[in-house]
Amino acid sequence: MEIIKLQEVTVIYYSKGSSILAVKDVTQSVNEGEFVSIIGPSGCGKSTLLKIVSGLLSPTKGEVYIKGKKVEGPQRGIGMAFQDPNLLPWRTAIKNVLLPIEILNEDLETYKKKALELFKLVNLNGFEEKYPWELSGGMQQRVSLIRALIHEPDILLLDEPFGALDALTREEMNLELQKIWMAKKKTILFVTHSIQEAVFLSDRVIVMSPRPGTIIHEEKIELKRPRNLKMMSSPEFIDYITSLRSKLGLKGGLE
Amino acid sequence: MSGKTLKESKIEKIKSAIMAYILPAITLFAAIVLWEISVWTLKIPIWLLPAPSLIANKIVSYWSYLSYHLFVTFYETILGFIMAIVIALPLSIAITYSKTLQNTIYPILLLFQSVPKQAIAPIIVLWFGLGITPKIIIAFLVAFFVIIVDTTTGLITAPPELIDIARLLGAKKSQIFLKIRLPHSLPFLFSGLKTSITLSVVGAVIGEFVASDEGAGYVILASAPQLNMDMAFASIILLSVMSMALFALVHVIEKLAIPWAFRAQH
Repeated sequence: MEIIKLQEVTVIYYSKGSSILAVKDVTQSVNEGEFVSIIGPSGCGKSTLLKIVSGLLSPTKGEVYIKGKKVEGPQRGIGMAFQDPNLLPWRTAIKNVLLPIEILNEDLETYKKKALELFKLVNLNGFEEKYPWELSGGMQQRVSLIRALIHEPDILLLDEPFGALDALTREEMNLELQKIWMAKKKTILFVTHSIQEAVFLSDRVIVMSPRPGTIIHEEKIELKRPRNLKMMSSPEFIDYITSLRSKLGLKGGLE
Repeated sequence: MSGKTLKESKIEKIKSAIMAYILPAITLFAAIVLWEISVWTLKIPIWLLPAPSLIANKIVSYWSYLSYHLFVTFYETILGFIMAIVIALPLSIAITYSKTLQNTIYPILLLFQSVPKQAIAPIIVLWFGLGITPKIIIAFLVAFFVIIVDTTTGLITAPPELIDIARLLGAKKSQIFLKIRLPHSLPFLFSGLKTSITLSVVGAVIGEFVASDEGAGYVILASAPQLNMDMAFASIILLSVMSMALFALVHVIEKLAIPWAFRAQH
């Protein structure tokens, strides 16, 4: 079932008299429970697309629908995480995770139980009362992911969440994210610069062109789940990577 | 961690504490001793540079005179400083939330921050007379610009992505302010307070230099031309101690109010 639908979405940024065409005529839909990655060169409007879906930004032209309803303003049923974990240094890990619940004025006690389960899910049990500076980069990013999940959104929008981590931690986080996705059955839109990460995690990879961003290619990834790190050296995996890289190569490639 | 390494790390801690406090204290003490010895052996006249022991003697024997004038300066400083906080904080919140103020008042404040406020002291005295009012105003001015610029920076630079997350959840402006912006701005505010408290002391003294009949600055100004150097030095030292004590007080309040800001730096 279709959960997100973008219809001829065009975004133009205006600043100081000039205008920039960031995204042009993007039509796309994402099914419920689907894991979709968006890859493309820097500045191609990947993050802009996430903002459009979240309702934080309105498209200049075109429409966005979530569960058939037109998006007009910020959407509560969405969780977001970014490259920077954005944790508040004056709050413990669990208080950071519960921030969305405080904002929603929901019952903290009920959600505390849920938070503890989420800490367990990402192997952070025992770190609930730690402050962000006591956690490694990978741990901080896990806290940021479960903060995005705490209010049980249907959709997760992840904007290069592992972009600042070292290669080993990044692979570990890919496994964690797959585990979260399989356990929680969320719809995930995932922006990344890493083709490998996109292939490893996704049901479908969308390739965008340099600015103005348009969708130039889509690839279904039909590797069986759960996927493990060993699969990264399988011929099928490498075929996907080669294919996607050539699609990016046509228009300048990644940096 | 084994017992031995724990013990070793304790020794390390003690060593670094020695490095941090005891060594500078010994150095300072040695400098004072050197000063004392040089004054006597080189026979430096008292009207040029009095020995530390003479200054100490002056502080003790003229304590009521010196402390009265120091208190005047303290009073001017604190009043100016508190006025600066009381006016700067609401204004910086207003600037954070108003695009109009950001485009009108804020650039002017930034511009005025680089104006040497001490330089306009004679004009302030001319406008507000000889009492303590012009001193309070100068102490206020030097603190005000630092506090408002630092606090506004802190409020404006709250992590925008986190604010986006809050907005997705339908957060009210007051929630974003109380849960994100305000705490995020506190380290910036305290940094401004620490800079400006000592500047306020300087501001009050400059005001006294221009025209006054009381205050620690007045004591310096009245004693030095009469070559009453031990009195001038006594006042300078008491001023320095007061300035350091005020700085330390703000620092302690900061450590108690936002302990996370210190630990987060590591």
